Amino acid sequence: MVARLRELQALRVFVDVHVSLSLCLTKVSSDVEGPKVNSTSDTHRHEIARKFTAVIPHSLALGMSIEDLGDGEAVMKIPYDERFIGDPETGVLHGGVITALLDSCCGTAVISHPATKGPTATLDLRIDYMRAARPGEAVLAFAQCYRQTRSVAFVRAVAYETDRDDPIATATGAFTVAPASEPKS
Amino acid sequence: MSRKRPEPVQVVKQRRDAAMQTLAQAVPYIRYLGVQFERRGNELTAVLPYREDLIGNPMLPALHGGATGAFLEITGHMQVMWAQVWPLMEGGGAAAEAIDAGQFPPWPKVIDITVDYLRTGLPRDAYARARIVRQGRRYASVQVSAWQDEIDRPFAAATAHFLMRQ
Repeated sequence: MVARLRELQALRVFVDVHVSLSLCLTKVSSDVEGPKVNSTSDTHRHEIARKFTAVIPHSLALGMSIEDLGDGEAVMKIPYDERFIGDPETGVLHGGVITALLDSCCGTAVISHPATKGPTATLDLRIDYMRAARPGEAVLAFAQCYRQTRSVAFVRAVAYETDRDDPIATATGAFTVAPASEPKS
Repeated sequence: MSRKRPEPVQVVKQRRDAAMQTLAQAVPYIRYLGVQFERRGNELTAVLPYREDLIGNPMLPALHGGATGAFLEITGHMQVMWAQVWPLMEGGGAAAEAIDAGQFPPWPKVIDITVDYLRTGLPRDAYARARIVRQGRRYASVQVSAWQDEIDRPFAAATAHFLMRQ
């Protein structure tokens, strides 16, 4: 019970810090389709998204990095690593690594969306594998949070080596977002 | 007519466990994540021992959705493979000898996987089992469920499709 309380407290601090950072750094209207925020706010929000990813142990362990960020968009990379091979005969990366990359990239796209005011978690993620990743090459993911409601962010993503039109895998997901106005009860 | 005397239990167990271990340990990423398999007859349970670098949200803390997804995918993949290997291994003859020698049929390919994140993955060991809903000549449809403390309170579930390669 105490542990659970501590968990909740930690979450509250996490949410509060993030919300206050977002609020003071970005003067974004709650309207999702609202006017573009100024470039300073963009930079700060993206900084938050970068910091989020920089402290995620599993993303760090897999060697993930953020390559580019936009409003509700993210490009992330995972270097080729022999430890992550799925087929020892061909050296092709395991699908699970692509899953981890796509999940992270989708989450980062949600965080970098102007309407996002708190942390996010994956509700559901579907991944379609089109082909094997080319052995020896880094894999990139591009994710776009294309729609956000008060409680849900909808994201699509693609994994590729060099060409987004020649995908290794595509993903669609739904992510949780904290309600825009009233605090979480 | 007298029936052939059954093999000693240790011989049977060792053969089946060896095949299961050889399969799982041959894949670097399964070794990296540390996924292990436990077996009762032909039933498999996958185990993901907790490690700090599986965390995706350090504040909660919670398991990374990618690690959870990968765990479910590995469990489903292994189940489809195991269902192919089992009859070969138990059927005797040249096919069984090939399995004993570590020569397995090619792994099926993952076509797609849909993961439902039902609850926060807690910082502790996770377990998963897969059920083949339909096994065709070319395609297999598999459901996977993962739990931590209570089997009836899964924290993630998945449906996956595989392309058979034989």
